[in-house]
Amino acid sequence: MSTASTAPPRGGYGRRPALVKSGPSGPRARSARAYLLYVAGKLGGAAVSLFAVLVTSFFLFRIIPGDPVRTMTHGRQVSAEQLASLRRQFGLDLPVWQQFTDYCAKALSGDFGTSYQFHAPVGDLIAEKVPATLLLTGVAVVIYSALGLWLGTRSAWHHGGPGDKVSTGVALTLWSVPSFWLGLLLIITFSVGIGPVPGMFPTGGMESGDASGFAYVADVAHHMVLPVITLVAVGYAQTLLVMRSSLLDEMGSDYLTTARAKGLRDDLVRRRHAVPNALLPTVTMVFINLGHVAAGSILVETVFSWPGLGGLFYQALSVPDLPLVQGLFVVFAGAMIVMNLLADLLYPLLDPRVGR
Amino acid sequence: MTSTADALSSPSSLAWARRRGSVARFWRSYRTHRTGLLGLGALAVIALVALAAPLLVGGDVQSVTNAPGSALDSPSGEFPLGTDQFGRSLLGLLIWGARISLTVGLMAAALSVAIGTLVGILAGHFGGWFSTVVMRITDWFLVMPTLVLAIVLATVMSRSVWTVILAIGVTSWPTTARLVRAQTLAVESRPYIERATALGGGHGHIMTRHVLPNVMPLVLAQTTLGISHAILTEATLAFLGLGDPDVVSWGGMLQDAREAGAVSSGHWWYLAPPGIAIALVALAFTLCGRTVESVLNPKLGVSTR
Repeated sequence: MSTASTAPPRGGYGRRPALVKSGPSGPRARSARAYLLYVAGKLGGAAVSLFAVLVTSFFLFRIIPGDPVRTMTHGRQVSAEQLASLRRQFGLDLPVWQQFTDYCAKALSGDFGTSYQFHAPVGDLIAEKVPATLLLTGVAVVIYSALGLWLGTRSAWHHGGPGDKVSTGVALTLWSVPSFWLGLLLIITFSVGIGPVPGMFPTGGMESGDASGFAYVADVAHHMVLPVITLVAVGYAQTLLVMRSSLLDEMGSDYLTTARAKGLRDDLVRRRHAVPNALLPTVTMVFINLGHVAAGSILVETVFSWPGLGGLFYQALSVPDLPLVQGLFVVFAGAMIVMNLLADLLYPLLDPRVGR
Repeated sequence: MTSTADALSSPSSLAWARRRGSVARFWRSYRTHRTGLLGLGALAVIALVALAAPLLVGGDVQSVTNAPGSALDSPSGEFPLGTDQFGRSLLGLLIWGARISLTVGLMAAALSVAIGTLVGILAGHFGGWFSTVVMRITDWFLVMPTLVLAIVLATVMSRSVWTVILAIGVTSWPTTARLVRAQTLAVESRPYIERATALGGGHGHIMTRHVLPNVMPLVLAQTTLGISHAILTEATLAFLGLGDPDVVSWGGMLQDAREAGAVSSGHWWYLAPPGIAIALVALAFTLCGRTVESVLNPKLGVSTR
């Protein structure tokens, strides 16, 4: 995969990658203009992607399942007049293109219709669940990115050694484990308790309800332990593997030999010279993971009854509550697009070779 | 090639001899990777068990009405893994479940890789605005959260094994398409493609006779890695209740276990085996895939042992 590997940094006698290019004003102004052009391109691309998500969600939920009104009234006796009035109410008697423009206009203002099962606006239902998901997955992503970076660096630095083999093997094994199953096992072991292991943690939910102030924070943290462990265990392998292979790519580089030749300790060569360069691909990974977290938490939130977006998605699926599924689909896909955009915008600032 | 005269007798026999040679070379290199052999061995055993399921446990193991045991028995001599809430033997269900996991995994991965290869070769070969548009679409799919898209597809379509295969296949092809396109561009920049064009080879000839054989190794590695992803996604969809309700699968067993209250009553022997089976198969395919990848591209730096 020669396209994916990073080229050795040019002229880098162990320099840290410069965050902002300094130099005479001429080239600097030109590079600023180039960056603005790059940003405009990426913004345009993201807007097109978001529009494509709207188109997909519209057609997925209107064309494939057949008649939405029939789905809604499934299993109930309804007269032809009632069906017709329902169609009018949902605007289904209008031509498709008009339905589509209506849908886009409403979606852009955050209106995804009314949930079948909760009889509340989809937008409100989603907004209410966002903080819980952000809390859970934010903490998990920070922990597993840090863990993956640390273990990946160690693995690559001592590659081929016993530590590397064990660490990579464990990560690959945990990566192959279905997250929902790991969650269920953790609940059985540490919440219900097996044999000598007492039930130490709550089986689900986010809070016990009667605490406030510091006690409330401690209570939520207590509820978070098992879901976070599950997310971290399943997620850190990817960061580890990317960090490991990108550091291995750097390890043959001449600038590391130079750094050693100048008498630096092994530890410093790693910290100051190798790791900053190897971090670049991993930064993109972290952002893409951040985009994934909302979607990735579906299973863990379901298993632990965490009151977030993932749990809501599961509730919507079992009905199926199509407006809610549709709204959440747009939110999950949108989060992904925004995070990718951020990674794209940040990357040229970290690595001056990109996008110029 | 021991006899030159024999090998030169026809172009196709020459081509076959060369293919045999490269397969033998591939195997010689593959068998030096201990983890790859381990994965391959595990897969062979699991595939054998899945194929022999009707002989090992019989076809009536899935029947709810004349189940042999009582509900939710702990493991015993008669039922080594215990029984489910209908009194069916969990070991029998686990063995039958292997069939569906492997089938869906293989077929979904094949579908996804087929789409990816087709898109990648076409985009790489034709170039121009066609390639730009196709790669934009590919990038869009690459950004989409795969699992959510698969879940949504499985929700809006009818519940069947084919729906699951389709949902996984059409959501996971973009990585393959990108890799195949890059490889196609690399192949097509070589002089022999120009020679083939000069000799009158059309688009179809170039793509199927020259590009396709060259991207096949890459496609093989992608398929092997894709299978473990497909198996995990299948289990996930089944666990969310989006699989075929009439078929026993590992993900479905876990859903049954959860619904039967195996979690709150601490029946770990009901929950543990299906998950271990899923992880084992997924891990075996990952090990094989990484080995294939490092044999074909030694630069990747995957450790050999």
